[in-house]
Amino acid sequence: MADTGEGKKEESDYKRLHSFPLIRHTDMPEEMRVEAMELCVTACEKYATNNESAAKMIKEMMDKKFGSSWHVVIGEAFGFEITHEVKNLLYMFFGGSLAVCVWKCS
Amino acid sequence: MPAKAGDKQRQGQSGPSGGKPAPPKPAKPAYKRRDEDVSTEAVEVVDEAGNILVKPPDQLELTEAELKEEITRVLTANNPQAPQNIIRYSFKDGLYKPISHVDQMAIHFSLNGNLIPKDSDEGRRQSIKLSTAAEKAPVETSATAPEEAAIKDEERTEDTQAAGEGKAEESGTAEAAEAADAEEPPPPAVKERKLANQFNFIDRPSWTPKYPVRDRACQSEPTPCKTLSDDINQWVIHDAYVEELRKREESKEKEKPKAQSDEINKISKAARIVERMVNQNTFDGIAQDFKYFEDESDEFRDQKGTLLPLWKFCYKGTRRLAVTAISWNPKYKDLFAVGYGSYNFMNQGKGMLLLYTMKNPSFPEYIFRTESGIMCLDFHNDYPYLVAVGFYDGNVAIYNLKKATSQPSYKSNANSGKHTEPVWQVKWQKDDMDNNLNFFSVSSDGRIVSWTLVKNELVHTDIIKLSVEGTTMQGSEELQLQTLGCGTSFDFHKKIDYLFLVGTEDGKIYKCSKCYSSQFLDVFEAHNMAVDSVSWNPYHSKVFISCSSDWTVKIWDHTIRTPMFVFDLNSAVGDVAWSPYSSTVFAAVTTDGKAHVFDLNVNKYEALCTQLVVNKMKSRITHIQFNPVYPVVVIGGERGFVVTLKLSPNLRKMPKEKKGQEVKKGPEVEIPKLDKLLNLVREPENKTEE
Repeated sequence: MADTGEGKKEESDYKRLHSFPLIRHTDMPEEMRVEAMELCVTACEKYATNNESAAKMIKEMMDKKFGSSWHVVIGEAFGFEITHEVKNLLYMFFGGSLAVCVWKCS
Repeated sequence: MPAKAGDKQRQGQSGPSGGKPAPPKPAKPAYKRRDEDVSTEAVEVVDEAGNILVKPPDQLELTEAELKEEITRVLTANNPQAPQNIIRYSFKDGLYKPISHVDQMAIHFSLNGNLIPKDSDEGRRQSIKLSTAAEKAPVETSATAPEEAAIKDEERTEDTQAAGEGKAEESGTAEAAEAADAEEPPPPAVKERKLANQFNFIDRPSWTPKYPVRDRACQSEPTPCKTLSDDINQWVIHDAYVEELRKREESKEKEKPKAQSDEINKISKAARIVERMVNQNTFDGIAQDFKYFEDESDEFRDQKGTLLPLWKFCYKGTRRLAVTAISWNPKYKDLFAVGYGSYNFMNQGKGMLLLYTMKNPSFPEYIFRTESGIMCLDFHNDYPYLVAVGFYDGNVAIYNLKKATSQPSYKSNANSGKHTEPVWQVKWQKDDMDNNLNFFSVSSDGRIVSWTLVKNELVHTDIIKLSVEGTTMQGSEELQLQTLGCGTSFDFHKKIDYLFLVGTEDGKIYKCSKCYSSQFLDVFEAHNMAVDSVSWNPYHSKVFISCSSDWTVKIWDHTIRTPMFVFDLNSAVGDVAWSPYSSTVFAAVTTDGKAHVFDLNVNKYEALCTQLVVNKMKSRITHIQFNPVYPVVVIGGERGFVVTLKLSPNLRKMPKEKKGQEVKKGPEVEIPKLDKLLNLVREPENKTEE
């Protein structure tokens, strides 16, 4: 019991520690990157249980701000191969277990 | 057959009366057969009518029965010469077929007629034409028409007996009209009204010029794209986070130990102490002299004193530069700043600012190289690490000794209102109302400028412009030319904040106030040549001293226009300074390498000490400064050397202490001391208040 309790505690600690947004790969310019990152964090926190709604929110906001057309994938485990316009890709981790990939390609 | 021909003739004669000719029947064979029954020989027979018939010889002989036989003859319209059995190949059926219908019509004569129906447009038109043309020859046409009609009728009836047409009249009139048309000359052209209807219109096409078309196509470059492929799982994410956290911790650790990067730097403090110790050991004698030596021979010198040379400060970079400014640090009494530049107009080079300490005579504590020669400098009273510096090119700068950079912390430039001439003197002032640091500068361009350090920038304010003749406005009404005097030195009053003195290149000294920017409070015709230095007495509030290249040093009371004391030193005086410990002692240096120390209390007319400081006669001495605490003066010369000299006791005479009173007496003692002297000089009427 104690072990599992500790395990849980560790897990929550780890979650807390690892929940900051960590950029895995991006080639966006600085301000776009900052904005996109904040947007992703907001969306993921708002729709913590529903990846689709979070992705929808991110995609719509990005379309509005930076032009069409953006694509967003949120998930915990996936593989992908995408073609993106240069300087319009953001690939980041968030919340310890979520990965968000945002790119633009018309 | 002549008989038949005769019958026909008879019938023809009775035609006009009868009208319609009866179709000739071969109904009278009786006569003819009888005629033909006769033998072949031509036999004349007389028939019923009395005609004589001639029977040809080869007439066919027939019996009477045969003669009576009626033979029916039928006239058909068939063309006897038309073929009756035309066989043609039919491609549709693929075999020879007889043509059922054979064309029986044989055209004997064809004529293209030009009959026009009367009711048609053209017919009507022509009839109108005729009616208008008929005015010219109406009679002829009417006369000829019926005649021709009659003739035509006759001819036609004779010709067309068998035909029997019923439309004689119509055709007659048509023919008549046709004849009339043919015979009459065409009527002259008559203008007739055009009838407009949907069929009667004129086409008038026109074609606009056709513009040539050109095809233009353009295609934008496709946006550059790149592909990215990756695969993520929970462990990838976890690893990434762990890595990131590790990196962050490492960078934090790195930040902490920063200072000691160089090995020498680690022991810099220790090295410095050791250096000083070495110096002290080297210059041990001097150090001892500085501290303890008091020249006892002064007692025998009849109040004259000497200057004992102590350390010499030299730095290899200053060999070609002249000492242009010296100033002691207010806080660290052993630290003094020396500014290097050049007084030579033609030979301007770079400058240096060195700070020496008496504890280390072999190497300066701080070294600053400057673009332009330094002409003056000043330490801030409250912030002893701030040094204000004036340059030969007119700029001013502030150096911050706490910072390790070799550049000034703040520097003026052409935008921010630098002087256009060398800055001869700078002096720090009290902080202004916004607690901003500020200092004044005076320059040969005639401006006295106050520089304020506002938000890391030097902001300048022109305080006063020195103009000739004591007023600022000069010249004609439109031209507001100001010939500006060239300020060469100034000094602010120690007590009265707004009052300051400016010495100019033409020998005048202006008494100015910070409050009035256009007027001087007073003008002193001080010297004949440029005023090199002017300085208020540290104790007495009214007395100041000035020196000039005209070999004189003068002491003034600022309320009186004439000097109190005048000293002629036989050589251009470079600098003069009051001593900090006595109101009556001052020192002057001259260009012949001598230093003069005066004590007015002791000797009003002569120097107590005149000493050759520099070995070489060529180089001049430029500046002198008293150490605020120690009985030491620093003298700088033209060749970049700096020496310190200790004042012998005679030069530092203090008023005798009275028993029971405090040892050191400050201004209260000094002022009356000087006053006494002044009173001797002044005329009895002008008694000044304190």
